[in-house]
Amino acid sequence: MSAAGIVVAGLRKRYGAVLALDGMSFSVRPGVVTGFVGPNGAGKSTTMRVILGLDAVDEGTALINGKPYRGLRRPLNHVGSLLDAAALHPGRTGRAHLLWLARSQGLAARRVDHVIELVGLASVARRRAGGYSLGMRQRLGIAAALLGDPSVVMLDEPFNGMDPDGIVWMRGFLRSLAAQGRAVLVSSHLMSEMQDTAGHLVVAGRGRAIADAAVADLIAAASGDRVAVRTPAVPHARSVLTYAGATVASTRENDGITVSGLPADRIVTLLGRSGVPFSEVSAHRATLEDAYLELTREAVEFRAVTPTEVSR
Amino acid sequence: MSLQALHAEWTKFRTVPGWVTGMVAAALLVVLFALLAGVSSDQKGAPPVPAGPGGEPVTDSFYFVHRPLSGNGAITVSVSALTSSIPTGPADLRPGLVPWAKAGLIIKDGTRQGSPYAAIMVTGGHGVRMQDGYVNDTSGPSGPVSVGSPRWLRLERSGDTITGYASADGAHWTKVGAARVRGLGPTAQAGLFVASPPSVHGMSTRGSVSTAVFADLRGEGRWAGDGWTGGQVGPESPTFAGYPQNTSGSFTGSDGRLTVTGAGDIAPAVRETLPTGGTVGEILTGTFAALIAVIVVGALFVTTEYRTNLIHVTLAAGPGRIRILMAKAIVLGAVTFGTGLAGAVAAIPLGEGLARANGVYIFPVASSTELRVVVGVAALLAAASVLALSIGTIVRHGAGAVTAVIVAVVLPYILMAIPFMPVRVSTWLARVTPAAAFAVQQTLVEHHQVASIYKPSNGYYPLGPWAGLAVLAGYAAVSLAVAAVLLHRRDA
Repeated sequence: MSAAGIVVAGLRKRYGAVLALDGMSFSVRPGVVTGFVGPNGAGKSTTMRVILGLDAVDEGTALINGKPYRGLRRPLNHVGSLLDAAALHPGRTGRAHLLWLARSQGLAARRVDHVIELVGLASVARRRAGGYSLGMRQRLGIAAALLGDPSVVMLDEPFNGMDPDGIVWMRGFLRSLAAQGRAVLVSSHLMSEMQDTAGHLVVAGRGRAIADAAVADLIAAASGDRVAVRTPAVPHARSVLTYAGATVASTRENDGITVSGLPADRIVTLLGRSGVPFSEVSAHRATLEDAYLELTREAVEFRAVTPTEVSR
Repeated sequence: MSLQALHAEWTKFRTVPGWVTGMVAAALLVVLFALLAGVSSDQKGAPPVPAGPGGEPVTDSFYFVHRPLSGNGAITVSVSALTSSIPTGPADLRPGLVPWAKAGLIIKDGTRQGSPYAAIMVTGGHGVRMQDGYVNDTSGPSGPVSVGSPRWLRLERSGDTITGYASADGAHWTKVGAARVRGLGPTAQAGLFVASPPSVHGMSTRGSVSTAVFADLRGEGRWAGDGWTGGQVGPESPTFAGYPQNTSGSFTGSDGRLTVTGAGDIAPAVRETLPTGGTVGEILTGTFAALIAVIVVGALFVTTEYRTNLIHVTLAAGPGRIRILMAKAIVLGAVTFGTGLAGAVAAIPLGEGLARANGVYIFPVASSTELRVVVGVAALLAAASVLALSIGTIVRHGAGAVTAVIVAVVLPYILMAIPFMPVRVSTWLARVTPAAAFAVQQTLVEHHQVASIYKPSNGYYPLGPWAGLAVLAGYAAVSLAVAAVLLHRRDA
């Protein structure tokens, strides 16, 4: 199979007593930003290190454009990655950092200047990287990832440490990379960023992918058919709606209930006909955060009872 | 080896100002210590060091009982006693064995120190020897002499050739050796001599004095003068520590017996007999300081990558890990070699020039030897930096790697340099530890016919220059191999 993008299949890795990866499988297709989310210890970073050939797995395969990473000649021309923005020698200038990377791939120095322009670091490129803010380091890391004009880009928490301007820039930048036809894998714990950026989501939990779907489908599934109702006459509304066949649940507010089993327009009709006053009837729309929390609840609970499991 | 990996590692090295500074500092330390060595000693006005036919420093101080011999001729004598005395305290002389105490016949081009000669002699512990040119030594019949078993000696001159013979009875002769003595004038001084070199006691030497009893002295040929003249050759000399207190050279004769007392030696000068002399190795003392600098840079060249996780970037850019490690080793080794070469090339002439200007005698070396020292010091530094790189890759921790390598290389060097370190300990260190590589700096050579203290702090190493360097190179190569295996196997 020579699938473009990243294909990981059945990754299994044990660190001593800890099973870090337990059958991790997913694929990252070109043209889409794929978000890679999950709680700490879910195996996201380990998976990325395995994809880059940095860590060996006990079982499974990770292929880039159909080849294992170690089989790539001049790998930065295939995959650009940023695992850790702090992975710099503080005494080297930003430009020198990119220059040695370029030399390692046989790339010309003008490619370095090009990616510096691309990420907006031209004014500080000849300063020591030790003095860079985290946001500047993220940009330098992105520049390094793009040095070889790769078809696959993989970034671990690229929003970390960015100021609001930087976050806006990064969102647009990731989308543009995907629009250029690249396969983009981005791990993040900022679900809202994923909602605005990713078209596809892989949710990791306990060393495997517990969801691998389009962002729109995940939100629809999490939203369900619930309707939020706000009324000063909760007991009356409850009896009317229960009689009509709905399931009613209390909410934290004294004047609110959540109704399942009836569409919102039918609830408005029923309450109006029975003279129950209400201030709000609204179909519940889940956020990506809700979808994520629902999917990972089990994994998080599991983690809570086994605190010895360490994250890597 | 991929050119890209080399180019990348070279770019990495040159773009960290601290590492470049460290290498420049290493070269400057070599030069700085050479300047300090050059100005640290003032020996202006010291008497000149006697030099042998090859320009090498020699000891040429002994008691000589001589007459001029014109042209060809021969001289024969019997020796029935050779006894030595060694001071054990102030004015406390005790009989003792001085293995290289010498008594016999010599034909020499005058009494000037360093002049050509050939001699045959009995010794305190090494039997009969024939010697010439200060460095040549041929063994004859073994065994000590006594009144019951005297030894007859004979020396014949024929042109430039002097031949030595020995006999147990004065009738049956054995040829011991023949020497072509260049520069021997038509009239030579010939006669009896007694020399008694310093006696070695553990880590110190004491000047000794010896007395020999001769009989049956007989000359053949054209002997001039009207009798035997006795006197000390080279009484005041940097290579002669003088007679023990209350003793002096002398000769007395009665009933055909001659009793001669003398001290000194006719031999190449060694460190103990020329303590004021300097060596190229001492000019390059700064090597150990440079070593610390290159060890630090060598270890940090990889350990900072582990500290900052930059190693992930490096290995993602070059998944061929062994190739990356080799590229690092080659770049670091080459940079360090160049640094060492520059430092040593500048240091030797500066240090030697300053020392000579201050009247310090420097043991002379052939230019090929000097080239070997320069290249050897550069190779020593390069091998040590690769060792530090390898240990850094293995332990992945800068301070740990630097400490380990300094303990392995610099510490034994410092222990070897301590003058009161027992010879057995310091020569063991110079054989098995990475500090054995300092042997590349040695310019002095041991002479079996000179009993002395041959140990690293005196400039004598148990291993040859390249063998010593190979010990360090071996440590570096094994560490590099272990580092390569671990880097290949471990998760980054």
